[in-house]
Amino acid sequence: MRAWLRHHVHALSQGMRKLSVLNALVIGIALSLPAAGYALLESLRPAGARLALEPRIALFLAPQARRADAEALGARLRADRRIDSVRFVPREEALKDMSAVQGLGEVIGALGRNPLPDAFVVTSRQDIAGELGKLPGVAHVQADAVWARRLAAAGAIAQLAIGVLAALLGAALVAVTFNTIRLQILTQRDEIEVSKLLGATDAFIGRPFYYLGLLQGIVGGVLALGIVAGALALLNSEVRVLAESYGSNFRFAFLPLPEAVLVVVVAGGLGWLGAQLSVGRHLRAIEPM
Amino acid sequence: MVSFSAVAKRYPGGLEALKNVSFSLQAGELAFLTGRSGAGKSTLLKLIPAIERPSAGSVVVNGQNVASLKRAALPYLRRNIGLVFQDQKLLYDRSVYDNVMLPLAFSAHAPREAARRARAALDKVNLLGREKANPIQLSGGEQQRLAIARAVVNRPTVLVADEPTANLDAESAIRILEIFVAFNQVGVTVLIATHDQTLVERYGKRVLRLEGGRIV
Repeated sequence: MRAWLRHHVHALSQGMRKLSVLNALVIGIALSLPAAGYALLESLRPAGARLALEPRIALFLAPQARRADAEALGARLRADRRIDSVRFVPREEALKDMSAVQGLGEVIGALGRNPLPDAFVVTSRQDIAGELGKLPGVAHVQADAVWARRLAAAGAIAQLAIGVLAALLGAALVAVTFNTIRLQILTQRDEIEVSKLLGATDAFIGRPFYYLGLLQGIVGGVLALGIVAGALALLNSEVRVLAESYGSNFRFAFLPLPEAVLVVVVAGGLGWLGAQLSVGRHLRAIEPM
Repeated sequence: MVSFSAVAKRYPGGLEALKNVSFSLQAGELAFLTGRSGAGKSTLLKLIPAIERPSAGSVVVNGQNVASLKRAALPYLRRNIGLVFQDQKLLYDRSVYDNVMLPLAFSAHAPREAARRARAALDKVNLLGREKANPIQLSGGEQQRLAIARAVVNRPTVLVADEPTANLDAESAIRILEIFVAFNQVGVTVLIATHDQTLVERYGKRVLRLEGGRIV
C-alpha cells in the first residue's frame, strides 16, 4: 500500500513538473466560452421564466366601463374552462404600479387623472385572444403568448448552441491533451526505452502522463472559471448602470457552486481521457531495441 | 538459470541471426560469448530479457520460458536481469545518482532502502562521491561502471553485458571485467559478449563461440 502510494505521489510530482501553464491557458480560454454562455443564460433564465412561464392575455376594458360591468366580465371569464387563471387589475392598482416605475411618477402626476382602464390578466394555453377581444366591455386585447413562445424558443436555441459549443470544445480539450502527451512521450522516448529495459511497467511509465492530463484539465477548468468571473465582473459594471436606469438591480451571476465544480471536474476528466488515449496509443509503440 | 534450446531467430526480411542455438548457464556461472561482428551475439543477448523473441525454440531464464511470456510479465522478468550495453544507455539529463535510482523507482523499496542500495552499487563500481555529477562529465570507463551500477542495483540473478569494454582502453577494460568477476563471485550468473580475445583468455572462463548464428 505504501509503495503504491509512493508511486502515485512520484507520478503526481512528475506530472506537475511537466505541466505547461500555456497549454492549461489554451484549455481555460476554450472552456470559458461555454461556461460564460451558461452563466449568462442562467442569469437571464429567472427573468425569462417570469415573463414566459405562462402565456398571458391582458383584456383592457373601456375607460368609461363601470365596475359592475367588470365584475360580470370577470364571472364570465372564470367560468370559461379554457382559462387557467383570471386576475382583475383595477385601474387604481395599475396606476399605482406605473407610478412606482422610476421617471413615470411625475408624468402621471402631471396628468391630474387616471388614464388607465380596468383590466383582466388571464392565462391560457390556448389561442383565444381573438375570441376574448369580442366579449362585451373589452376595448383592447394584448396577447403576449407569441413573443413568450419566441422567447422560450430563443432560450432553447441558445441552450442548445452552448451545449454544442461545450461538446466541441470538450473534444478540443481531449485533442489538446492527446497532442501534449504525445509530444511529451516523444521527448522522453530515450527515458521510456531505458525504463522498459530496466523493468518498468507500462502503468508506471504512463502514470505521470495520466496525472499531467488530469492536472492540465483541472488547471484549465480553474482558469476558465477565473476568465468567466473576470468577464462577468467587467460586464456587470456596465449592466449595473443599464439595469439601474430601469429601476432594476439585475446582474449577471457567476456559475452556481455545483456547476463551477462540475466545470473543473469535467475538464479534469477530459484531460485524463486525452492522456489515456495518447498513452494507450504511443507508449505501446515504444519498445527497447 | 539461463537455458537456450534449439533457438532460432529470423528477422522480418529473412535475415537468420541465430540457428539452432542450444546451451545452458548454471546459476553462478560466468561465460563469455565471442564471435565476429554480425555473428549473432547481440541478438542472442536480446533474447534473454525478451527484447527480441525467438522464432523457434525456447529460452528459459530463472525457470520462465521467455518466448511464451505475456507482454505484461516482461517488466518483472527484466527486474531480475541486469543489462549492460556497449552504448551504456544512460540518461544524460539527470545525475549519476538519479541514473542508479531509476530501477529502484519502480520497485517497492522504501526511499531510505533505495538510497542505501544506490550508494552501495556506486561504491562497488568506485563511483561513490560522484553522485551529483552528470554522466557526460564521466570518462568512458566511468560511464560503463555507472551502467553496471544501475544494472546491479536491483540485485539481479543474471547479468548480461553486450561488448562492455568495446570503447575502452586496456586498463579500463580490465577494471570493468574485474567488476563483473566480483559480482560473479557472489553468485550472480554473468554472460559477457566480447570480441576481445585477450580478455577472454585472461580469465579462463567458459566461452560460447558464435559463427554465422550457430554455437561452434
